[in-house]
Amino acid sequence: MLAFNFFGATEGGLFDINATLPLMAIQVVALTYILNSLFFKPVGNVVEKREKFVSNNIIKAKNKLSEVKKLEADLLTQLQSARTEAQRIVSEAENESDKLYKEALELANNEANASKEKARLEIESQTSAARDQLSKQADDLSELIVNRLILEK
Amino acid sequence: MFINSLLTNFAALEVGQHLYWQIGNIRLHGQVFLTSWILLGALLVFISLGTKKMENDPKGLQNLLEFLWDYIRDLARTQIGEKVYRDWMPFIGTLFLFVFISNWGGALIPWKLIKLPSGELGAPTADINTTIALALLVSLSYFYAGLSNKGWRYFEYYVHPTPIMLPFKILEDFTKPLSLSFRLFGNILADELVVGVLVFLVPLILPIPVMFLGLFTSAIQALIFATLAAYYIGEAVEEHH
Repeated sequence: MLAFNFFGATEGGLFDINATLPLMAIQVVALTYILNSLFFKPVGNVVEKREKFVSNNIIKAKNKLSEVKKLEADLLTQLQSARTEAQRIVSEAENESDKLYKEALELANNEANASKEKARLEIESQTSAARDQLSKQADDLSELIVNRLILEK
Repeated sequence: MFINSLLTNFAALEVGQHLYWQIGNIRLHGQVFLTSWILLGALLVFISLGTKKMENDPKGLQNLLEFLWDYIRDLARTQIGEKVYRDWMPFIGTLFLFVFISNWGGALIPWKLIKLPSGELGAPTADINTTIALALLVSLSYFYAGLSNKGWRYFEYYVHPTPIMLPFKILEDFTKPLSLSFRLFGNILADELVVGVLVFLVPLILPIPVMFLGLFTSAIQALIFATLAAYYIGEAVEEHH
């Protein structure tokens, strides 16, 4: 055909279709099988095994992470309750010590007042006793003076 | 004809000449097989070296092969879909690798240094036989994929979404292999011709950017071929609701 010999080759030409076509097709099909067993299968196995390994590990890590978060939240609530409990105990103790302090203070005050009163009374009685004695001595002295004056006369 | 005489005068290019092998009654393009065997041999050596000692922590070649595998898997998975991409990944990958090493091998290796009695060595994908073979394999594959996945319901695809589509869908079955084969063939042949003519006219420096462009086109063509093949298979196995 003229069209097929357009590019001027002595035979064949650019569009010379012959048994090369089916043989090339067979060669490519054979190559597909060879590459499948030499390349696609082994490399695929390795890659997919690794992908499975990685995704498994990611899932495991995620599980662990969620567990950790749960534990963290647990701990946080525990910590909070412990804190409020401690606050309660501390305030209770403070109240108690306050009460005790006030009681002790009152007791001590009362005691001090009582002993002060007692001391005052004692001082008073001693003062009056001393005054009595003093006035008695003054009486004695005056009597003595009167007697001597009478005698000298 | 002007073009005719011009091209025959460029004896250095030897467009459309082949190294014929005669086996009984059948004739083969020897240069296509020679280059493809060399390139496939190199590919197989490369791959068996890389997969010789597979480890969980990849090193060296294994890394590269795993990257390649991942790339091909992504390509197959996005086009074919999660359900059946596994069955077709080796085929798509083989198409990609074969077209890619053919294109790049044809462009990168100085085949001109090897003299043949007739024709010259070059990218196997610059021969129409190779590209038609690949395209027909793709056609067979998507028919097989559709029929094996959906049985006779595969033909619902032809009247989906309306029966008006029937003639166009039937026409598509012919245009798909045609466009696949001619796109690849044309791009690679044109690249080789442009580089050949430029080297012939200006042997220094000027062809280099064109060569880089050729490498780029070659890689893109391999990707396009594999992506379209995967897309056609994906279209065939897709479930319409």
